[in-house]
Amino acid sequence: MKICHVCGTHEWVIAHFGLRALLPEGVDVIAGPGCPVCVTPAADIDSVIKLALEGVVITTFGDIFRVPGSNGSLMDAKAEGGDVRVVYSISDAVEMARKEPNKEFVFLAIGFETTAPSTAVEVLRGAPENLSFLISHRLIPPAMELMLGVGDVRFDGFIAPGHVSTIIGLKAYEVFPKAYGMPVVVAGFEPLDVLVGIYMVLRQVRERRPRLENEYKRAVTWDGNVRAQELMAKAFSVVDGFWRGLGKLPRSALDLREEFSKWDARRRYGLKPQRGRDLLPGCQCHLIIIGKIKPIECPLFLRACRPDSPKGPCMVSFEGTCRIWAKHALMESTTLSV
Amino acid sequence: MCLAVPARVVEVDGDIAKVDFGHGVLRKVSLALVDAKVGDYVLVHAGYAIQVIDEKEAMETLRILEEILRFSEE
Repeated sequence: MKICHVCGTHEWVIAHFGLRALLPEGVDVIAGPGCPVCVTPAADIDSVIKLALEGVVITTFGDIFRVPGSNGSLMDAKAEGGDVRVVYSISDAVEMARKEPNKEFVFLAIGFETTAPSTAVEVLRGAPENLSFLISHRLIPPAMELMLGVGDVRFDGFIAPGHVSTIIGLKAYEVFPKAYGMPVVVAGFEPLDVLVGIYMVLRQVRERRPRLENEYKRAVTWDGNVRAQELMAKAFSVVDGFWRGLGKLPRSALDLREEFSKWDARRRYGLKPQRGRDLLPGCQCHLIIIGKIKPIECPLFLRACRPDSPKGPCMVSFEGTCRIWAKHALMESTTLSV
Repeated sequence: MCLAVPARVVEVDGDIAKVDFGHGVLRKVSLALVDAKVGDYVLVHAGYAIQVIDEKEAMETLRILEEILRFSEE
């Protein structure tokens, strides 16, 4: 019996608190594509590195700072003299651009539905002229649909990501039990939230009654954050998107609407769509982010690829499955058995 | 990336709020995505409150969790 979650924070909680060791025999939890940094195409990282080296100030979240593009990371670009700044919030990037009107700024906007509304707020507010956005937001339900289509990865239910769900609401997952007969439980992030979420999925399987349930009632409602959804719909259109290591998924990404194109970094700087080098030879991130293999089955894991010298995106981000497993390898010996 | 941290709203000024993450950690966050008032608990992600936490549901969850803990100790 396998349960699939699609959230790096859930994987962290499961590894950190040793939850896999508490599950009954025959029950396992696999990690789907829940790490936005891991699925950001190398081409987008390449684009901002190019801009950084041309003198544009690049602002983005710390999670992606060390993630390798085709040739090096934003951290490398900074070491080469590029002005790359890690921000806590997109509003920090707006503030910096206002304070330094003589410089050009780009904000690399990554993240799932939890993060995209904050980008929408700043786009709709009207950002300073010297700031533009490279939108690389991705959507969770299409990633869950992808998981259902991977022929040789079988599982019996989903734990849906709590904080994405605060925005998109329970209703976004209605299709999974209805059309696919797949149990879905939205779960929070305390260790007991995750355990109760797993229990609720198992109960649905035992009763043979797949449905949509909410374990995270204190933060997630049926409709979600309607204001955030409206702002996102005003600022973005839903487009096909390339996911690192996974290819193009239909209607899985956000892009700025035409009326906001003057803040589109791709247009402002004439960035052409390109294919980056998403995987280094030997890197198994593309199989790890769909739960097909576990990090310890990758020949590079904790050998050539380590948290201090990562080869693939899954070893860089704090939400990457490899990074989480590497950090907890000594804490949870059970995760070391396949 | 999708980490969101609960905090209590201590001051509201337009769509900016000062929130308390506990242990005296105060920070200004945006309320552009939610309607929150002083005393509410909000989930904060990357400088924006993304949801107001339902206190009644939070207490109910705590009660269930305590029950499970008690059950597992027996």
